[in-house]
Amino acid sequence: MAGRLADALRDSWDSDLAWSFRHSPYAMVAAIVFAACVGTAVLAPWVAPHNPFDLAQLDLSNSLKPPMWIAGGDPSYPLGTDDQGRDILSTIFFGARISLEVGIAAVLFSMGLGVALGLLAGYVGGKTDAFIMRVADVQLSFPAILIALLIDGVARAVFPGAHDSMAFWVLVLSIGVSGWVQYARTVRGSTMVEKNKEYVQAARLFGIHPLAIMARHVLPNVLGPVLVIATIHIATAIITEATLSFLGVGVPATEPSLGTLIRIGNDFMFSGEWWVTLFPGLALVIMVLAINLLGDWLRDALNPRLR
Amino acid sequence: MTAFVIRRLLQAIVVMLVVAFVAFSLFQYVGDPVQLMMGQFATPADRIRLTHELGLDQPFYVQFFHFVVNALHGQFGVSLRIGKPVSVLLAQRLPATLELSICAALLALAVGIPAGVYAGLRPNSWLARTAMSGSLVGVSLPTFLIGILLILVFAVKLGWLPAFGRGDVVHLGGWSTGLLTRTGLESLIMPTITLGLFQLTLIMRLVRSEMLEVLRADYIKFARARGLSDRAVNFGHALRNTLVPVITITGLQLGSIIAFSIITEQVFQWPGMGLLFVQAVSYADIPVMAAYLCLIALVFVVINLIVDLLYFVVDPRLRVDRPGAAGR
Repeated sequence: MAGRLADALRDSWDSDLAWSFRHSPYAMVAAIVFAACVGTAVLAPWVAPHNPFDLAQLDLSNSLKPPMWIAGGDPSYPLGTDDQGRDILSTIFFGARISLEVGIAAVLFSMGLGVALGLLAGYVGGKTDAFIMRVADVQLSFPAILIALLIDGVARAVFPGAHDSMAFWVLVLSIGVSGWVQYARTVRGSTMVEKNKEYVQAARLFGIHPLAIMARHVLPNVLGPVLVIATIHIATAIITEATLSFLGVGVPATEPSLGTLIRIGNDFMFSGEWWVTLFPGLALVIMVLAINLLGDWLRDALNPRLR
Repeated sequence: MTAFVIRRLLQAIVVMLVVAFVAFSLFQYVGDPVQLMMGQFATPADRIRLTHELGLDQPFYVQFFHFVVNALHGQFGVSLRIGKPVSVLLAQRLPATLELSICAALLALAVGIPAGVYAGLRPNSWLARTAMSGSLVGVSLPTFLIGILLILVFAVKLGWLPAFGRGDVVHLGGWSTGLLTRTGLESLIMPTITLGLFQLTLIMRLVRSEMLEVLRADYIKFARARGLSDRAVNFGHALRNTLVPVITITGLQLGSIIAFSIITEQVFQWPGMGLLFVQAVSYADIPVMAAYLCLIALVFVVINLIVDLLYFVVDPRLRVDRPGAAGR
């Protein structure tokens, strides 16, 4: 068992992908940074110096302290505190956690929807294909942020009052629905190629159900490019989430994401408390940049034309 | 050509009808207008009377038809939050958004195309490399963060530029412009940069990659072999052929600039349509949302149409009406 695991590890270490990874300093730095972001986000309750959501720990006398290297700063609050005395560093850890959760959940939702519709359009063809792709065209002519805003607005109108408790899922839904087109188009294209190959025709001759052919035979062969899109889409989804939260229609201020933190901090900028908004902003940019770099590298590494 | 234009026009109308249908469904299924207008103490008879007056007892398609007719006349009802007709609200806000968007688009083109051409012609120079790395950072920076950073530096720390609002505006007929006053122009600088930066990086990257692609083509080698000057080859042949995708993307981006102005307007409290829309979303103000949606859709559809027609001007290959080219 251990031997087989070692073999698998050695194989993956020798693979083209790993070779390209070891020879791309950008990708390695980006991977380390991203791993650090995910690590602190996942372990936020244990690694954060304070728990910003524990009201018992908050003390208003600690509010709006500057970062520790500025006069008046307190070493137990390395990046300063906000207006309620919450430690900025800790809120960033917890905020990144929510940003990542929303981003990843939205990407999974988009991916599921897009891949399913793309498979269907490519495999069935005809009117189904024409309809799905028309809808995709129409949606593609509007920016994702607008569609996300619209879905968010509708959700607010449909469920008045209950919004704060469902904010997470509303965000996932609105960002997810706004992003499916790219997946659908890619998957449809490769499905139309795969559909005519012998293995699919053989499967059809056996009388396997079309849904089973799509899911078990075509799907694994069209997933490659989907993963690249998904990686870059995580960055986009995180930015979209931050933007919606910044606009005040995202997650509520009681459990802030990075975008909410930036919006809260924005109010204090004019009175000189720049750290409340700057550090969450920096954290967001670093995280997104790392994901973008990883996505760029993955795209080039998986592109056979560039080898 | 005529067949192509007609087909495009029909498509545009279908898209607009679909959007109008979405907007109509918002009205239809979100909230109960009768309840909203009468409150909870209305008698059933009153409710039936109002339902009849509003035409809500008519069949679905009749109501949809009325909605479209009203929309064509620019009537979207009354804002639930402000209590004024939506058309009036939007007309007040339109100049601010358009001025900002057009300035941002001009900035993006005026800097993006030359920078992209330069990066394409000298891909290994340090300036091009810096610009390319910078553009990746630019893509990762959310629009609102750029705005906040600009405000932090130029308004809070340095105090050079105003941080919010439009400055003094001059009213010319129904149009309010900030381009004629000093404070108006000063207020425009930071929002323009914020809104234009993303498009600028996008255009630069696009022009660069298209230039690199085109410069490898046979006809460029041939033009060089004929002894044409670098200038004639680079600008007469190469740049001209990169312009097709650039026009498409720029055209489509103009629409997204107007849509993205939502964020910039929120950051700078710019009194445009986007700010109105965000407030409408957070208050679930359906009439404003529906009207904004239809307006933005109209802008997008018109831009798409113009872009398609521009293809004919720029790319002679498309002028032959091939059956294969129809799907593009």
